[in-house]
Formats: sequence, C-alpha cells, structure tokens
Amino acid sequence: MKNFFKALILSIFFISFQYNTNAAEKVEYLKTDWSFKGLFGKFDRGALQRGYQVYTEVCSSCHSMKYLSYRNLAEKGGPEFTEAQAKAIAASFEVKDGPNADGDMFTRPGKLSDKFIMPYENVQAAQAANGGAYPPDMSVLVKARGGGVDYIYSLLQGYEDPPVGVTLDDGVYYNKYMYGNKIKMANQLSDGLVEYNDGTSATVEQMSKDVTTFLMWAAEPHLESRHRMGFKAIVYLIILTVLVYFSMKRIWSRIETKI
Amino acid sequence: MSDHEYTPKSKVGKWFNDRLPLLTLANHLTEYPTPKNLNYWWTFGGILTFCLITQIVTGLVLAMHYIAHADMAFDSVEHIMRDVNYGWLIRYIHANGASMFFLAVYIHIFRSLFYGSYKAPREIIWIIGIIIYLLMMAAAFMGYVLPWGQMSFWGATVITNLFSAIPLIGEGIVTWLWGGYSVDNPTLTRFFTLHYLIPFLILGLVVLHIWALHVPGNNNPVGIDIKKPSKDTVPFHPYIVIKDGFALLMFMIVFAFFVFYTPNILGHADNYIEANPLVTPAHIVPEWYLLPFYAILRSVPDKLLGVVAMLSAILILAALPWLDTSKIRSAVFRPLYRQFYWILVADVLILGYVGAMPAEGLYLLIARIATAYYFLHFLVILPVLGFKEKTLPIPLSITEPILGGSPNLAAAKKKES
Repeated sequence: MKNFFKALILSIFFISFQYNTNAAEKVEYLKTDWSFKGLFGKFDRGALQRGYQVYTEVCSSCHSMKYLSYRNLAEKGGPEFTEAQAKAIAASFEVKDGPNADGDMFTRPGKLSDKFIMPYENVQAAQAANGGAYPPDMSVLVKARGGGVDYIYSLLQGYEDPPVGVTLDDGVYYNKYMYGNKIKMANQLSDGLVEYNDGTSATVEQMSKDVTTFLMWAAEPHLESRHRMGFKAIVYLIILTVLVYFSMKRIWSRIETKI
Repeated sequence: MSDHEYTPKSKVGKWFNDRLPLLTLANHLTEYPTPKNLNYWWTFGGILTFCLITQIVTGLVLAMHYIAHADMAFDSVEHIMRDVNYGWLIRYIHANGASMFFLAVYIHIFRSLFYGSYKAPREIIWIIGIIIYLLMMAAAFMGYVLPWGQMSFWGATVITNLFSAIPLIGEGIVTWLWGGYSVDNPTLTRFFTLHYLIPFLILGLVVLHIWALHVPGNNNPVGIDIKKPSKDTVPFHPYIVIKDGFALLMFMIVFAFFVFYTPNILGHADNYIEANPLVTPAHIVPEWYLLPFYAILRSVPDKLLGVVAMLSAILILAALPWLDTSKIRSAVFRPLYRQFYWILVADVLILGYVGAMPAEGLYLLIARIATAYYFLHFLVILPVLGFKEKTLPIPLSITEPILGGSPNLAAAKKKES
C-alpha cells in the first residue's frame, strides 16, 4: 500500500518534471488572476463579452477564427449573449454565399450557423497584406503557445523600445515576451482604444485580460462543463474507492494474511 | 489449464460446455490460484487491460468522426472538440489514455525487473510482453500523427527518416513508407489504418500473454515456486478481483485528474498548430514515453548506429531471461542486484530528461554516459552478477517466513506491504 502511494507520487513528479523541461526556456510572464483556473474555474461572462468586442474591433481585421460560429456566442459556458444579440451580431457581417440558381455567388447578412467571417480570402492574401507574416488563426491559439494564456496576456503588453544595439527591420517590432523578441505584429492596444458598453475602463491591461479570456474560451469552449463534470467524476471515484477499500478489507479478513 | 476438471451443475450448462468449454474457462479464471502475497505492483496487469479497452472504445468513437485526410484531419479534430457531443471528453480520454497506458506499462515492466518475473519458466510471457510494448509504441506514434499538427507532421518525418539509415535500400524504404516523396496524405491514411489495426493485434497478444501466464501461474514478491492450490494461494475471485479493482480505482482518480483538469499538459503546444511542411518547429520532441529511446538515438553520432542502438535498447529486453544468470528471482534476496536495479531506474529517468533537451553540450555528454550505462547494465552487470553475487537464503514457502520467523522476515514483509 505504502509502495503504491510512493509510486503514484513518483510518477506524478516525473510527469510534471517532464513538462517543466519542455517549458524551461520561457521568460517570466506577467501574472493575473484567471477566473477559469482551478477545480471550479468558470469564465467571467463580462470579460468574455468585452473580449469579443476587442477581438471584433481590433484583432479580427487581421486574425481569423475559423472554427467559431456566431451561434457559439449564445451557447452556455461562453459569452452567453442572448440569442437575439447573437443574431444581431451575425447579421452585422456580410457573408459570401452561393452559388444561387443562376450560378452566381452573392452576399447576405450573417446567420447564427455561419462561421466567423475571415479577414482575408486566403493565406497568400493575408501574407501580402502583412509584410509576409501570416497572422495566425486564433481559434486554438492559446493552446498552441507554450505559455498559454499567460503568454498571450504578456505579449499584448510586452511592447518596448528595443535595447541599445538591437536593430529592427521595417515592419518588425520589439516585444520582450516574443520568442527571439522580434514580432511582426505592431502594438495594437492603447488605453481607451475601445469603448466598453458596461463602463469598464478600457486600459491596455484590461483589454489584454478580456481578449485573452475570450481566446481561452474560443480554444476550450467546453471548459466549464469539463470542470463541473471532472469534480463530480472525481468525487464519485473517491467514494467508490473508499467503499471498495472496505469491501476488500472484509473479503481479505477471511484468510490469515495482510493485504 | 488443460488439466482443469470442471462439470457445470445445470443440464443446459453441461450440454453447452461439452460442445464449447467456455464455462470451464470461466471457472478456471475464477478459481485460478494466485499467490496471496502479491503486492500492489501486481495490480498493473489489470490496469493495463483497462487502459487497452479504454483506448479501443474511445478510439472507435473518435474514428466515427475523424477524417483521415491531410486537408481535413486537423479540422475534424476541432470538430470533435467543439461540435460532437462530449467529443472533447472522448478525445481527452484517448489522448491522456495513451500516456496513462505507458505510465502503467513502465511500472509493469519495472515490477518484472525487480522481482525477476521474466525468468524461467516465464520467458514466453516476457517476450510476448516486449512485443506488446513494441506494438504500443508503434500505435502511440502513429496515433500522435493523426491530428496532423506540427509535431505530428515533423515527428512522423523524423521517425520515418530513420529508415533511410539502412544502407542501399534505405531511401527506397522511406519513399515506400511515405507513399510519396514526403510525409503527406498517403502517409496519413496508412498511419490511420495501422493505428486502427494495431490495438486489436495487441488485444490478441494480451490473450496469449495471460494464457502463457496461467500455465506456470504468477510470480510473487518472494520469487519462489509455490504449490497450487495451497496455503500460499487464494482464488482469483474474489480476492484478486477486488484488490485489482481497488488499485484500478486509484489509478482512475489520477487519470480523471489529467483528463478534466490538465488535459493538454502531456501534449506539445505545437500540435495545436496545423501541419505545415514549410515551417519546422524549433525543437522536435516525441511524446514523453519515447524520450529515453530518443536520447539513445541522438547520443550516437552516426545515424545508422544510432538507429541500431535505439532498437537494441528495446530488443535487448527480449534477451533478458538469458542475460540475467542469477537463479534467484526476487531482488528482495539479491542485495547487490537491488542496488543496480535502482541505478537502472535512475538511468532511464535521466535518459528521459536529456531526451527532452537539445542534443548539445552537457546534455549530450550525459546522454552518452547514460546510454553506455544502460547497455552495460544488461550486457555486463547482469550476467556477471549472477555468478558473483552472494544472495540471501530464500524461504521455502510464502507462509513460512511469516510463521517460522526466518531471518528474511523483515525483508520479505517490507516488500509485501
């Protein structure tokens, strides 16, 4: 029994050790309190709605989110706009559809079932418009970067003047959290850039936090139900384990041996 | 098993059993005499069966929604994560299940190493186990390719390129494996096919593994042959069933924690970037469970010899029953082997660590020393130890040390708990 615990602890230690080695080269990221971390972590609805606003007004001019649909905005565990609001949001975008009966493509207002519209027709168009750099799709961006939300949150606030001796090419910017410190995206956020409906003051820090929360939800839309189910599953397993443990003790007490 | 006498009580049962002795089999499995001193390290066989079944069941569901096409694979995985009912749960169980499977198999293998379970008359069980382990690695590697992320693509490129080290025909073999001149759609579809096939091969081998086990019966922490059935054994049901069940539940708690709270911690972030043949990731690293072998591969400067070293590191295990010359099975009675055992454990952990690091400078040096030691352990230390080591006296039966107050009491008890 004791050995078993030792093994469990050892293996967990080993795995986390492995994980740390993968992330050994990262710099110290800015920290903030994320509402979605922890056993009962949930998204902050307000932050998600504000984050969506930042995405639409700022990020979406270059970054696509091809795996999201407008209906997701009204789904449980997300920003939870009302269905009417989500419909209005969808309708505010022009979506290319077709071909119609005449064989022509046409545009129409968006519907809930439409995917988020793409800022560029294709990768080449995106690169041509951004000095050769492709603005990555942001649907799973948080999961596709080593530092996750902390990295994105820090990066948005990490723009600085380059240190003496570092020369930057045209269209390249200095960011202290970027791998290699050189980034092709210019600093996008400045205080008061967007006007939040709920009266929250739109500081760079606030906007970074909101949009990062939004990106976390976009990458893990079922995070809330995962946490809820996980808690139930683990409590259930623990109770069952205790019951089975006592059954085992009872059964093994029939013979003269220790277990 | 062949000498098993069993007559069902009911008439129908007898009629059926005379034609297909399934009831005899069921009775054998229930009554199967098991050493009563098995400790919790012995519960991992059952845990591994659970892991295999979990992977097969979740894998079947994933295969219903997954699209094996280079242009659609990544999208279909995101479709599973977002729009399939509980798709995220199924996929996270499957992805973390692979890691849990390897965690359990490593414990299972190192248990065998400690208690000498590979020694006569259990060599065939052991060799089947090694084949299962090899197939598991193949299945895991190909499974990791299926989401078609950056690490999938480049991992597949690196590993398949290993075959190009074979002289003369190497390049041809790689082209044949790829089904083209680079890792592309044909590679993905064949990996998917094989990834679907291999678990069923493993399942078949597991049946053989258990069958071969049931001929001599289980080894045990004291490592002596026991009479079956006797005072030293308990029937498999209910004693071992409930104990395996308890251990399995403990294992599932750890499993659930990974699935529900840190589902991506064991994967690499780059695999959430869609495969791009034009962009190479900064570091190409395999999954954690392959890292020790990756370290061995990279520690040899020559490509062909590196591949040979990596394969030998696995295949050498198959020769273990003959490399270990000691007649005593359990390390409990082998004071020197016990120490070398723990050094080997540390050695493999170190190899795993440097496998995750860039192959340069100090890391490379450590990898080379650890690789050399790995082979030294199996090729020199084990054979010599069998002749040189002064082993402790072994008890005559499992009950004897406890009732008779032999000098090994403390040691035997300590290992049992």
